[in-house]
Amino acid sequence: MDNLATFLSVLAQGLPETVGATVGGIALTIVLSFAAGLALLSPSRPVRVISRIYVEGLRGTSEVVQLFWIFFALPVLVGFEIVPIWGGILVLGLNHGAYGAEIVRGAIQSVPRAQYEGALALSLSPAQRMFRVILPQAVVEMIPPFNNLFIQLLKSTSILSFVFISEITRQATQILVPRFNPQVLQIFLLLLLFYLVLSLVITAVMRFLERKAAARLGRGPSERARRAAVTGAV
Amino acid sequence: MSQQIWDWNYAFAILPLLLEGLGLTLVATVLGSIVAMVLGLVLAVLQRGPRPLAVVVRGFVELVRSTPLLVQIFFLYFVLPQFGIVLSALTVGVIALGVHYACYTSEVYRAGIDAVPRGQWEAATALSLPRSRVWTGVVLPQAVPRVVPALGNYVISMFKEVPLLTAIGLLDVVGRAQEAGDTYFRYVEPYTIAGLLFLLLSYPASLLVRRLERRVGTI
Amino acid sequence: MIVFDGVEKRFGDNVVLSDLDFTVAPGEHVTLIGPSGSGKTTILRLLMSLEAVNAGTITVAGRYLSHMEKGGKLVPADEKHSREVRKHIGMVFQQFNLFPNMTVRGNLIEAPTRVLGLSKDEANARAEELLDLVGLREKIDEHPSRLSGGQQQRVAIARALAMRPDVLLLDEVTSALDPELVAGVLALLRDIGETTDITILCVTHEMGFARDFSHRVMMFDGGQVIEDAPPQRLFSAPEHPRTKEFLKAVLERG
Repeated sequence: MDNLATFLSVLAQGLPETVGATVGGIALTIVLSFAAGLALLSPSRPVRVISRIYVEGLRGTSEVVQLFWIFFALPVLVGFEIVPIWGGILVLGLNHGAYGAEIVRGAIQSVPRAQYEGALALSLSPAQRMFRVILPQAVVEMIPPFNNLFIQLLKSTSILSFVFISEITRQATQILVPRFNPQVLQIFLLLLLFYLVLSLVITAVMRFLERKAAARLGRGPSERARRAAVTGAV
Repeated sequence: MSQQIWDWNYAFAILPLLLEGLGLTLVATVLGSIVAMVLGLVLAVLQRGPRPLAVVVRGFVELVRSTPLLVQIFFLYFVLPQFGIVLSALTVGVIALGVHYACYTSEVYRAGIDAVPRGQWEAATALSLPRSRVWTGVVLPQAVPRVVPALGNYVISMFKEVPLLTAIGLLDVVGRAQEAGDTYFRYVEPYTIAGLLFLLLSYPASLLVRRLERRVGTI
Repeated sequence: MIVFDGVEKRFGDNVVLSDLDFTVAPGEHVTLIGPSGSGKTTILRLLMSLEAVNAGTITVAGRYLSHMEKGGKLVPADEKHSREVRKHIGMVFQQFNLFPNMTVRGNLIEAPTRVLGLSKDEANARAEELLDLVGLREKIDEHPSRLSGGQQQRVAIARALAMRPDVLLLDEVTSALDPELVAGVLALLRDIGETTDITILCVTHEMGFARDFSHRVMMFDGGQVIEDAPPQRLFSAPEHPRTKEFLKAVLERG
């Protein structure tokens, strides 16, 4: 294991790309999830249809295909090249936003009917009802499934190695594997460890947020939410 | 070739190759699903077994779920030959997909098993049924039907992740699209068609799963 | 037939049974009464080895239940030993616990074929005979979900009897039933009590049934038997103040 230091430093050189793509992807995912999730519940039919097409379209096609399409087909259509890391973030966000939209929709729909009626009885406007009464309650329910989604997103950053982004998987397969072939086992175990640690970081942050959100509602994390975090359906 | 954005002649010319690739994608999905269904069940049952074994299995499941499938594919592809095991890209792919998804399906099975009331175990004990028969005769027949929709969802997810195997040279539908694109320097048609093919199969499949969900309920 | 010797059972820090001794003679019908949490059901569950004792021993027909003898010493029973002893004990549960994935027939022949090694024909004959007894012969190919609660419980009783047990444990078997279905199940149990020599241990809140069904009633409180007497005596002239209190509360409620 005398090459351990080399392995570590080469992999670490890929961390900015991996972490950047993850954070950027998560940011875009959150925006798209809420936009599309709220749109799925819109009273306007065209809005619902458009967001439904987005959600089904991106969930129905393969993420790798989306990546290749944005990197190789889109430039032909729009006439300019995309900065790789931005393209990567775009694919990660678009794809996971489609899954996140269903999380947002489901959590909003799980808020008890009585809360809508209570807000209605106070003559709050539809926007006030949603943003002041319903969403704060729904957000607590969303956090565990979003935790799973963000870990999926972190794992998906590995496919950016297909489009020449030097994130940690590419660092391992393109730089370390050819040079230290007899030690591939160590290289890959180390790479897996990197992902494991990053996913633990995501989980730690999400647990923290969940406690904060739950405390604001004056309750502990819900049993259902915790179960969802454990079973982790995508 | 003309500079138009979409060339129908080219699209039709590459379609047979793409469909051939799609066939391979489906083969990988079916074989991978079989591994995932069977191994997932084994992993779920083992986690109910004696403690040291259950803890090891639990750790394995968590590790696999927290790390990328692509890295696991590379892992098998590069590491197995070090131990003298040389497998085709399809075989490596099926093992990687199968094991990866087994760790997800095991959670589904576990939820299904947990949903079987404790009274069922107790009644089986009271009748002195052997442990193996309690599983095969009482618990699993109640647990498995309820998890079919969730398993179906994972089959669809797996189908969409088969293109990761292009990384180790499998000529699935995306591998074929890449090949066509690299040959003719036209990427819009192959990747668009590849995406549509995925949508064409996975969207109806997911509608079917949703109907099943409404029928049997979800865990 | 059944001997509890210094039995202790704890769940964490909560002592449910402490230093409990009692015996039940072959063929005897014993009813356990007492407030909830007094450990009655735990006794049945220990006998069925759904729980393990923390101290003391239980023997059934002269054989250790939760222990076995090995080289002259008592060691905790292994799975094989407890299965062997369990074969002679049947249990009927409050929630019936029929297997929903099997028909009534499947429920009845499952253990006789798998555990006792009966042929399909023998097991079927036994199942039909028992369904005649419980009055549900025509339901033999139905799934349990198609039966009423009372019918399900009668099938569950038949299922327990199909193993030809020496000991039958009845755990609040009418508590989950609609009131109008209780009488049918109790009549069946009386019938079984009269026509067989099975040793029966019964936990119930049906005091009328306890009075005319059992040979002995044991009053439990705080994990101890505080009164043990024939039903005529215990119900008409309880001695222990806790028994009086309990019976009064039960009679007022019911």
